[in-house]
Amino acid sequence: MNTAEKTSSSLTTDIIVYIAILALSGVQIVLAYQHAEGAQLLIRMLAVAVIQAALGVTYFMHLREEQRSLRLALIPATIFVLLMMNMIWSDSFRLEHMRPLIK
Amino acid sequence: MSDTHATMGHVGGVMEASPFSIPSKKLVMWLFIISDAVTFGACLFAYGFLKNASPDWPEPFKFSPSILNVMLMTFVLVSSSLTMIIAARAAKGGDKPTALRWTFITVAGGILFALLHMREWFGLIGEGVRLFQNPWGSPMFGATFFAITGLHLTHVIGGVIALTVVALGYKRGRYNADDIEIWSLYWHFVDLVWMFVVPMVYLLNVAR
Repeated sequence: MNTAEKTSSSLTTDIIVYIAILALSGVQIVLAYQHAEGAQLLIRMLAVAVIQAALGVTYFMHLREEQRSLRLALIPATIFVLLMMNMIWSDSFRLEHMRPLIK
Repeated sequence: MSDTHATMGHVGGVMEASPFSIPSKKLVMWLFIISDAVTFGACLFAYGFLKNASPDWPEPFKFSPSILNVMLMTFVLVSSSLTMIIAARAAKGGDKPTALRWTFITVAGGILFALLHMREWFGLIGEGVRLFQNPWGSPMFGATFFAITGLHLTHVIGGVIALTVVALGYKRGRYNADDIEIWSLYWHFVDLVWMFVVPMVYLLNVAR
């Protein structure tokens, strides 16, 4: 495959990813108008957003073309910090359940 | 500093391998992006915390105009990512006029996004939403809404300015294709953050 063909095929891939990200945004809109319970809806929405972000980072930002060491330096640390932030939820539910006692 | 130290420092700088085989400025951009991703993550977690703890959290976003406007904004921002890819690719291939043209199309997309965002803001302000009060419920709604969308809008405006400066510098020969590629990373990141802002801030609060 020559350079021009490579450029053309990777642009085709980028356009497919672009359409996929837009389609997933459409899926989020459809999900928003389904009568799902709050936590279920949040999980579905975030799952779609994570897929969109993964597509963007992998193809638009070309992280797949970088060295594995760079991917390992960036991604696990970010995911770890974001997962650690989930510790706040217990306090959020505590506030919700304490509210009826507030005068 | 002694001559020995100066020489060693100089030689060390020249011989040091580029970390992860990418230019240092690209690594700096990646590090900025992950720290900024965590900042946005913290803001969205704080938003979720307050929404969860508030029984009267408002759900003000009607399909028209708010959700339609958000759909249009998403289309504009994701499309501007595609135009930025084309610009970065052209810059890498040495096609300066094409790279400049597509970079400025991206800038135009960013400006259009910012204008649509301001329209959304002014619509809500017109309905009585302020930083610490609104007509519907929890007073923290306005503070969190304007903080998160404002932080994102600041990134978009910052990106528009940076892309313009880099494109003009690239035209004059001050910057090269690497700089266009590095700022394209930033632009894609701003796009990806929007993918989380839309469901968390807008779609979980649609008026039914």
